[in-house]
Amino acid sequence: MRASAFLAGITAELPILLGVVPFGLIYGVLALQAGIPAAAALGMSSILFAGSAQFVATQLFGAGVPGAVLLLTTFIVNLRHLLYSASVAPYVRHLSPGWKWLLAYLLTDEAYAVTIVHYTTVTRKRDNAVTRERHWFFLGAGLALWMTWQASTAVGIFLGAQVPAGWQLDFALPLTFIALVRPSLVDRPGVAAAIVAGVVATAAVTLPLRLGLIIAALAGIITGTLADRGRTA
Amino acid sequence: MGAARYWLIIVGMGAITYAMRLSFILLPGRLRLPAILRRSLRFVPPAVFSALILPAVLRPAGPLEISPSNVRLLAAAVAAIVAWRTKNTVLTIAVGMAALWILQWVL
Repeated sequence: MRASAFLAGITAELPILLGVVPFGLIYGVLALQAGIPAAAALGMSSILFAGSAQFVATQLFGAGVPGAVLLLTTFIVNLRHLLYSASVAPYVRHLSPGWKWLLAYLLTDEAYAVTIVHYTTVTRKRDNAVTRERHWFFLGAGLALWMTWQASTAVGIFLGAQVPAGWQLDFALPLTFIALVRPSLVDRPGVAAAIVAGVVATAAVTLPLRLGLIIAALAGIITGTLADRGRTA
Repeated sequence: MGAARYWLIIVGMGAITYAMRLSFILLPGRLRLPAILRRSLRFVPPAVFSALILPAVLRPAGPLEISPSNVRLLAAAVAAIVAWRTKNTVLTIAVGMAALWILQWVL
């Protein structure tokens, strides 16, 4: 039962891994291009273990941003993990502390996506042999993603060392963010958040300590929230 | 920047992220995320990513450059069209880089 739940978790994660591999490769290449030492770039994949935050950190490391701004930006970018944590908490309440710490470490966008679907649909019934072992599904999905992310990052770092500077791969970072922003631009409040944040960031580039990014992000988030409330009220 | 400083910052970023992942899993079951925060969270990606994109393409070398001679702005516009139509990350990056190289060669 455990093995089958574990394998089901891996299987559910497989389609997502197809998209994760090129993303990890690109991260590895760009981290090296931004001047991050190879070991630290690899360390970021296991210690931070959060794709979009790693791309943002790569950009900020390359721009020589102070550490405090990097920490604050990471906090904002990864705030959504509070939501994931709250969402899976009722399903892992009965587990030992060891399991909780392990599954929390593996709680990424990609593992959350398949696990919460499994928890809320496939094994919704309260208490039977399948639901009691469903944390093995979470573990399978999380570990499949973890190994794929580490391996693709490592290959990317290896490839990054071979890329000549003339290719201007630093431009792949804003391009990555263009691809990442697309799914969030689905309604007016989302677009308003993006426009305000972009304009403020562009105007505030010269602010000391690179605080422009954080001020712009907060301005965008507040704009989106207010626009959303205006619409639903 | 020395290697030790990279590690220090990376461990800090990791600790912040891990604390947020652990938060509600470790906290007693009655606690809930404030409603205002839950509603605001979906605006983090458009705000943060846009705040990283626009300065990079509108001020590639420092001063504001909204002109056809700004190849990074043009290549980003091409990539944005691809992202809009396909929602494909790898294709967006590939087309954007190809557009940059071609535009630099042509202009």
